[in-house]
Amino acid sequence: MERELRLMKGNEAVAEAAIRAGADGYFGYPITPQSEILEYLMEANPYETTGMVVLQAESEIAAINMVYGGAGCGKKVLTTSSSPGISLKQEGITYIAGAELPCLIVNVVRGGPGLGTIQPAQSDYFQAVKGGGHGDYHLIVLAPASVQEMADFVGLGFDLAFKYRNPVMILSDGAIGQMMEKVWLGPRQERSKTVPDWATTGKPPTRKRNIITSLDLDPNAQEIFNLKLIAKYNEIKEKEVRYEEFQCEDAEYLLVAYGTSARVCQKSVQMAREAGMKVGLLRPITLFPFPTMRIRELAGKVKGILSVEMNAGQMVEDVQLAVNGKVPVEHYGRMGGMIPTPDEVVDNLKSKIIGG
Amino acid sequence: MAEATGIKEIIKPENLVYERTSIMTENILSYCPGCGHGTVHRILAEIIDEEGLQSETIGISPVGCSVLLYNFLDIDWQEAAHGRAPALATAIKRLLPDKFVFTYQGDGDLAAIGTAETIHTCNRGENILIIFINNGIYGMTGGQMAPTTLPGMKSSTSPYGRDVKTMGNPLRITDIVATLPGTYYVTRQSVHTPANVRKTKKAMRKAVQYQKLNKGTCLVEIVSNCPSNWKMTPVQSNKWLEENMLPYYPLGDLKVPEEQAGTPANTKSE
Repeated sequence: MERELRLMKGNEAVAEAAIRAGADGYFGYPITPQSEILEYLMEANPYETTGMVVLQAESEIAAINMVYGGAGCGKKVLTTSSSPGISLKQEGITYIAGAELPCLIVNVVRGGPGLGTIQPAQSDYFQAVKGGGHGDYHLIVLAPASVQEMADFVGLGFDLAFKYRNPVMILSDGAIGQMMEKVWLGPRQERSKTVPDWATTGKPPTRKRNIITSLDLDPNAQEIFNLKLIAKYNEIKEKEVRYEEFQCEDAEYLLVAYGTSARVCQKSVQMAREAGMKVGLLRPITLFPFPTMRIRELAGKVKGILSVEMNAGQMVEDVQLAVNGKVPVEHYGRMGGMIPTPDEVVDNLKSKIIGG
Repeated sequence: MAEATGIKEIIKPENLVYERTSIMTENILSYCPGCGHGTVHRILAEIIDEEGLQSETIGISPVGCSVLLYNFLDIDWQEAAHGRAPALATAIKRLLPDKFVFTYQGDGDLAAIGTAETIHTCNRGENILIIFINNGIYGMTGGQMAPTTLPGMKSSTSPYGRDVKTMGNPLRITDIVATLPGTYYVTRQSVHTPANVRKTKKAMRKAVQYQKLNKGTCLVEIVSNCPSNWKMTPVQSNKWLEENMLPYYPLGDLKVPEEQAGTPANTKSE
């Protein structure tokens, strides 16, 4: 299948991109606003063409544990859900991180806490970038701001997951999942035939048995493993930071926003500049690793920073850590499924940062 | 002395009648004396060896006393979270359909926290083997009440005995999965006597062979003991098992393939 331009929902783009990336298996459970992913894959029936297994599990818990099983066999597997379902998956995610298995998890975030709303939000930032389940671990977190990135990050996510033997999360939201945009889909890749040397596929006489586990009863050995994980996360922080800058060259004030909020802030930057304010936007593409060093550099050039988020103030803590008190950092957020408007952002930039 | 000579004679390699099955590793079993786990491990290892399945097998170990099972059998293993083994097995078998895939789970794992995974895996008819060790107690955590703890039976969380009015009745989950169209072979066995060990091995071998037919889930329940947490000697525990566990969990097949039962089956001519 060739490279192709299509008009699709973000959710559909994830599903089609997974088939084209040569995924071996998808395990999901219906939840709004991401059910189109499972529906698309069931209708596409890729088992007949590529051999990709698609299965509707009995729960999000079962789905993430199917991902664990498939990943343990060295297969390219993914699951998708939305916030309440992602909470259920946290047990499986921490086991996957602890067993150092590669996989892809997509969270099409909706407002919370609890059952919350079905509208878009960014209130799962802490859960995604700080661990989420129990124990010391990190996911690699990618934040798409378009349907194109929803598709592109599937392939990128699998590449990073296998490169570092670490689960990768695409942290999207209900707006990007539901909206339709044109999207370039890459040519279909063959499903990989290579078997990683750690995968459980049946022990031949030529190698030792492979064991996928996160258990170590010896605290000394467990600490050594924890140190190994930290070294891996440090390497990821060094090599995999991704971000995009918009009119930052001469900026006196900086907006920091990801995903849907970043789309809104692009317009805010234009409006502010038309009104004579030199405003720029930094959009983190990776939320873990966070573009700490770049924000620290920009903090030396600007007079103040506003973190714009669809939550009560989560990423702002990482911005503050990066800035370390050098300039004022404030947060503006809408919650519960509400999306900030460009002029609200400009008004809050003026009242909270520029002053007067 | 004549006796000493006798022992020397007996332990000569050519006189050995019982040895470690090649599939068992040299790691020392972590179980209490008299526990049924070791016997079931041995049976499983023998069958994998005899059927030549070492390079085809992926096992899923549970959370519970047998959490370290992956140290004892020389095959590829995945260690699951508590109750989730059938979900792992589902994906493994779907992605590697030619491999032999089994889970090994205790009563708390399979019949409490993993009930949904157990029922739905069997209901989908996943082509795997579930080995279910039922000793009516949480062993590893120190003897708490299990879903299969008998009425009136004392445990650390039912110190006055299981009161079925407030704690529910013991769950015969094997009977439930036997009613599901997705299961192919469901049986309840024990390892508390040599005769029962032989019957269990026969049942387990059938289940292993049935997986090649691709006809659905096989579940072998093994009613077992827990001398430490039952606070008995191994011999007492096996007697108690026979007198108390078996009346509630009677041994025998709960579901056999229609072909085997003599019913005209939808057989295909070969």
